[in-house]
Amino acid sequence: MKLSATKQLLELYKEQLALEDYQSGVPRWCTGCGDNAILTAVQRLCRDEGLRPEKTVFVSGIGCSSRFPHYMKTYGFHGIHGRAFPVAEGIKMSRPDLTVFVNTGDGDCCSIGAAHWIHALRYNMNMTVFLHDNQIYGLTKKQASPTSPIGTRSNTTPRGSYLEALNPLTVSLGVSNVSFIAQAVDWIPETLFEIVRAAYHHTGFSFVRIIQRCPEWLPKALDPWLQDPARVQLVHHANGVQISPNLARVYKNQVEHDPLDIHRAREIASNTELIPVGILYRNPEVPCYEDTRHSGALRTVEMIRKSFEAEVDKYSV
Amino acid sequence: MTTTTATRKASAKSGVKSGAKAHDQACVTLKEHIVEIISDSGEGAQRCGQSLGSIAARMGNGVWTTEIIPAEIRPPARSVAGASGNRIRIGSDYVTNGGDETDLVVAFNEQVLLGRVNARELKPGCIILLENMWRTHSDPNIVKSYGEVYDRLLKADYKVYEIPMEEECLKFTTNARRGKNMFVLGILCHIYNFDLQAGREQIALTFGKKEQSVIDANVVLLEAGYRWAKANIGFSFHIPATPTGKKQISINGNTSLALGVMASGMDICAMYPITPATSASHYLSEAFEKVGGIVHQAEDEIAACAFAIGASYAGKCALTITSGPGYSLKQEGLGLAVMAEIPLVVVNVQRGGPSTGQPTKIEQGDMLTAIFGSHGDAPKVVMAPSTIEDCFYAVITARRIAETFNTVVVILSDASLSSSQQPFDRPQFQESWLAPPIDQSPVPEGARPYDWDPVTGIAQRFIPGQPGGMHTVTGLAHDRDSHVAYDPDINQEGLRARSLKLAALQKTLLPPEVFGGKEGDLLVIGWGSTKGAIEEAVAALRAEGKKVSSTHLRFLQPMQPGIKEIMRRFKKVMTIETNWSDQPGDELIDADSRRYSALATLLRARYLVDVDCWTEVRGQPVKPRTIRQVLLAKLEK
Repeated sequence: MKLSATKQLLELYKEQLALEDYQSGVPRWCTGCGDNAILTAVQRLCRDEGLRPEKTVFVSGIGCSSRFPHYMKTYGFHGIHGRAFPVAEGIKMSRPDLTVFVNTGDGDCCSIGAAHWIHALRYNMNMTVFLHDNQIYGLTKKQASPTSPIGTRSNTTPRGSYLEALNPLTVSLGVSNVSFIAQAVDWIPETLFEIVRAAYHHTGFSFVRIIQRCPEWLPKALDPWLQDPARVQLVHHANGVQISPNLARVYKNQVEHDPLDIHRAREIASNTELIPVGILYRNPEVPCYEDTRHSGALRTVEMIRKSFEAEVDKYSV
Repeated sequence: MTTTTATRKASAKSGVKSGAKAHDQACVTLKEHIVEIISDSGEGAQRCGQSLGSIAARMGNGVWTTEIIPAEIRPPARSVAGASGNRIRIGSDYVTNGGDETDLVVAFNEQVLLGRVNARELKPGCIILLENMWRTHSDPNIVKSYGEVYDRLLKADYKVYEIPMEEECLKFTTNARRGKNMFVLGILCHIYNFDLQAGREQIALTFGKKEQSVIDANVVLLEAGYRWAKANIGFSFHIPATPTGKKQISINGNTSLALGVMASGMDICAMYPITPATSASHYLSEAFEKVGGIVHQAEDEIAACAFAIGASYAGKCALTITSGPGYSLKQEGLGLAVMAEIPLVVVNVQRGGPSTGQPTKIEQGDMLTAIFGSHGDAPKVVMAPSTIEDCFYAVITARRIAETFNTVVVILSDASLSSSQQPFDRPQFQESWLAPPIDQSPVPEGARPYDWDPVTGIAQRFIPGQPGGMHTVTGLAHDRDSHVAYDPDINQEGLRARSLKLAALQKTLLPPEVFGGKEGDLLVIGWGSTKGAIEEAVAALRAEGKKVSSTHLRFLQPMQPGIKEIMRRFKKVMTIETNWSDQPGDELIDADSRRYSALATLLRARYLVDVDCWTEVRGQPVKPRTIRQVLLAKLEK
């Protein structure tokens, strides 16, 4: 069926996409895996925002979390371990019109891909990043990851892991050009969704660390926080996440924090006794690398020809 | 080279201090000459040499310039390993390579000259124009070392002329270090009977970005050098030019590659700095971005590769430029591009390896890693431009192959092409070179992202933005829907399709041309930058009646058709390469233990022909004279 451009636009306008329009296949994650909660929140976001499936790309590396794109009925790029960021950057640079998401795990992002993570923050390209942090390598069957708390018993650390865990929030907040840092947990779906949405709406590199349970390899690791809601600190602000009355009844440890205040953000992020949940930092003024780099000039044949001839002239003998 | 009485007279001046008034203005006609200008880094010998090359090209001469680059940015002054400069082979006819040893060298100090002598880069009896300020230097150690080297040069029968460069330049400038190179250019313009006006024009072009006063100051020095030479140097040469009558440009291999990128219509180049590839990106950063292209300097080589893959996946074919160590780092990414069938052009300007190896030196060591690199079976197209002109067209062809076959195309250039300059016919821009706009039309109902053609293995890729084409590409084994494959047959099918694409490309290639006779006693096979030197040696031997021919491969994977038939028509076949092969004379080396060179290994395995090889890894371009000796020995064996 051939339609005129105007007609096509009208057709698009009429089209209402449902959750199923973003769903693809049956996730093969374990029952109780936090990845499922993230998938639900993201599919809801796509539907609510009416994202065009063909204009949306989910990019991932390798690991349990990186299976994510396969379960989205959008374009997806399931690449290689640790390299989701540079792939996503290439996509965004080539096609600023596409909506780009990145799904990465604590091994993918904070270990093998750590160099790319630091630089991705600095490039500040407009994309939304979900760090699925379950503090363990899952797909390779239980090895300590950089975010595993010290003492974590795993197949490579049977007597307990040796090093203090790396804190993705403080690391991120230390990088120049950082523009959006938030933290969510898989067991509070309401805030998870609010944060995912805020991240999507931020123009720039929106980095959301999502602390999630791994029922298979570390089933009890997060119990102290699950069982004691006071150890979860809700970070709220008029310009950040707002807390619903229902949520406020359960999670009484609340702190008001202006997401523009990076020093306070670092302070909140540094507290490892508590899990802060909310938007720690948001600065919409940081320029996006793709905007800085694109000249805005249309690459016409004539333009390329002229410039080519001018270059060749320089070397004429 | 024609020798006349006049040159012999000039030779007799050997060692005579040049302060004396020249009395012999005889001009000798030559077929070619190799000139070298060397200095400490930062003294401008490079610029002087490049300008001389361009002037010679303007005069209609054949030219090949080769950079002489120290490994460090600022090696200690007056050090043997610190020679920086340019070597220019000027010929009557078209020049295809750097040639043999140097005929005339200008040295700004005796130590950098010593480096060249030790490297056996000067012809016996070579003319040396040596800066003499060191003879009267305030540091007695310098005076002593200058005297020692000077005496040694005389003893070795070089024709040494001491030139008061510093002293003369100080008459026109306060900083002779900055202007000596143009003074020398003037001297050389006189010696080679080049039009001084061409020199002035070249200076205007070279310093085009600077103020007029800078240009004027340099012209003054050029003219001073010319005048001084006229008054003081008692010999000159004339190398008659045979102009082609066609418009030409003169560039090095990296600029040629970069112009190819512009002309191919690619939009994005992702790179990480690495010698000797970086100058291509420097040039692109300057020129390409004016037309909306983007050069992304990534955080590392892996990121550069992944960035280019992402850009290609979502749009037009992108490229990444690197050299050996970077190429090693990109291997996993290249496998991903092969597996997911994403077009990608990778330029590897080879240098000496393994490991950090010889960053500024010449080697063809990466052929097998380019063909077989990345784990598993990762079939890639591998091309090898053999001239500077080839570098330009190779990129345009590579982009087209990458997008037609949705695969990785590797271009193997090397440090010889990247740092040499040669005039060639000005490319005539064609719109068909440019990549077409990306397809954003809806995908037909039922079409699948990897609908491999049963014969060619080619599938049409779906690009983000195409409605109905949504799928997730993956580095995992996958079926025609790009779903992760758990069925054993699917993996078999995917590998078959990706391999078939190379066969499909192979069917479109033409057989390589044979240089020399169609049959004979010995066939030499080469690839990459050695073409000019091999053909020069072959032509010389044929002129002596030897039945030697050569052929040069531009595609290393897949290989062009007809190679076996060509080899069959010769009694012996060998390759000449600049990579490692075991020497048959070594005690432990025999038929069982010998490791052959890259191309010989490949040809032996593919065609079951007893292909011998000769290689050297001295980091220098292989000389026609050396090849000639090797071929003679092989003919006699």
